[in-house]
Amino acid sequence: MAHFDPNARPFSHKWLNERLAIDTLKRVLSTEYWIPKNINFLWAMGMVLAATFGMLLISGIFLLMYYVPTTKEAFDSVNYTIMSQVGYGWLWRHIHGVAASVVFLIIYIHMFTGIYYGSYKRGREMIWISGMLLFVTFSAEAFSGYMLPWGQMSYWAGMVITNLFSLGSLHLNGLVEWIRGDYVPGQAFLSRFFMLHVLLMPLIIIGLIVLHFGTLRIPHVNNKDGEEFDFEAEAEKWKAGHRKESKVIPFNPVFLSKDVFVLGIYFMFFFYLVFYHFEFAMDPVNFDPANGLKTPPHIYPEWYFLWSYEILRPFSKNVGLIWFGFAQVIFFLLPFLDRSPNVAPANRRGIFKIWFWLLLIDMVGLTIMGKLPPVDPWSKFGTVFAYTFIALWFALPFITKMEKPVGGK
Amino acid sequence: MSNRRDFMGMALGAFTGLGALGALYAAKRTWDPLPSVKAAGFATIDLSNVPENTLHVEKWRGKPILIIKVAKNSKPNTAPNGNDKNAYDDKRLITVGGHKFMIVVGLCTHLGCIPDYFPDKHKFICPCHGGQFNAAGEVLKAPPPSPLVIPPFKIDGTKVVLGEEGPEYKKLKESGLVS
Repeated sequence: MAHFDPNARPFSHKWLNERLAIDTLKRVLSTEYWIPKNINFLWAMGMVLAATFGMLLISGIFLLMYYVPTTKEAFDSVNYTIMSQVGYGWLWRHIHGVAASVVFLIIYIHMFTGIYYGSYKRGREMIWISGMLLFVTFSAEAFSGYMLPWGQMSYWAGMVITNLFSLGSLHLNGLVEWIRGDYVPGQAFLSRFFMLHVLLMPLIIIGLIVLHFGTLRIPHVNNKDGEEFDFEAEAEKWKAGHRKESKVIPFNPVFLSKDVFVLGIYFMFFFYLVFYHFEFAMDPVNFDPANGLKTPPHIYPEWYFLWSYEILRPFSKNVGLIWFGFAQVIFFLLPFLDRSPNVAPANRRGIFKIWFWLLLIDMVGLTIMGKLPPVDPWSKFGTVFAYTFIALWFALPFITKMEKPVGGK
Repeated sequence: MSNRRDFMGMALGAFTGLGALGALYAAKRTWDPLPSVKAAGFATIDLSNVPENTLHVEKWRGKPILIIKVAKNSKPNTAPNGNDKNAYDDKRLITVGGHKFMIVVGLCTHLGCIPDYFPDKHKFICPCHGGQFNAAGEVLKAPPPSPLVIPPFKIDGTKVVLGEEGPEYKKLKESGLVS
């Protein structure tokens, strides 16, 4: 039976502690959550992502107050009401647009950091998988949000992406019409994607962020050398005052103060974009209202989807769809396709080092080709990059199987 | 005791499962196109004033309908897949009032972009992924896997009614030419 001191002052520390165990919560969640010392600024990307998600949420709340989700009014509610009538409406829109784009840049940095340091195996598989689920839900959130201004690119991206669900020669047109609620994207489509964007997807994302944090708890964060050590023993050293000898630091306040420093630098870059270069996140084509009878001359997704979109293009419809599906799921399987027990930075892992840099260069190549019109020589380069992407993933189990053990430091 | 608990557990599970299935079905039905959307599915188009070898665009069920009065010589200038026959002889054309017309849904069969027509080249080129079609809607260059789709139609003098299956459409359908 819990003990409640009848003399405790309401809302005093003691009073709250008896009711909510705030001391225990603080200890477990922050002051005694241990992070390795041997890390660099790339370990701050998780907090950078959390903060960017916060920016999206806050700016989204303000946009939601004036946005009208109808095919007749959506375009004007964004481009006229929010942009020129609502006081500081432009600020929320530019924060929302820039953050939606930059969040993917940070996600990719966060992902490739994990791949480079092998932070997806030896107990960290669930961190990787929950992170990939976040990547997928962020993609769905970005896509559904892109529909809302109801411009030309919104409409035609909606048309092209929903058509993918006919699954090529299976001709599942019924499924496509079911997703749209109409023969073409229209009011039903806009309303349901509005619902997904402002309610269902954010709920799922918040749940997955909690899961992602949870998956870190037992295996702990990786370090620059992939070194495995006893966190409990190192934590005892810290608590005993041997802070120099200990290999760990507490999340709060030590790690968080490093995070806040990186966040400071990041937000300078972020607000520079918001105030001076927001146009990179605002496609000019989407400043024409949606028109179902006129395709824009060249349809392309936002930059962060280009690499997987480019994998569709070189192939015939069915084959393209198969490889597109492959590209969407293959990253989930990384912890199981990497057959090497080594948890070490890629530069100590022999052929894997080459694999890592090839994958990175290949995905940048796919991204650039995806933006260019589908004519030679670009489509030829795109084909080569697409085949290379597929070949790299098929090669991964073999090159990691052959890998020699590397000792951690 | 444990048997009784098992039974209660299974009964609860079964009823909850039934309820979940029902809710899923309701959710599925909620996302179906509304009856008003389904019902507004007809369009009548008069073809008597359509000029030759010029793209004429109409709208049916929210989709663009591409119409070309095909000229006698409509051979595409190039055909990367070798299909360079004269579109005028194509069996997919629809004869209305003594003239041959291509009437298709104007969405590329690859991913649904609207192909652009180039009258001097006698071909369509899709802006999204570079697919090409001749003036009868047949594929000249991948990625589109199949010709442009012919919508259900009924001929009425010099007019066509889209959304209704006339005898000419049924004939095309039997020969497998509509999609």
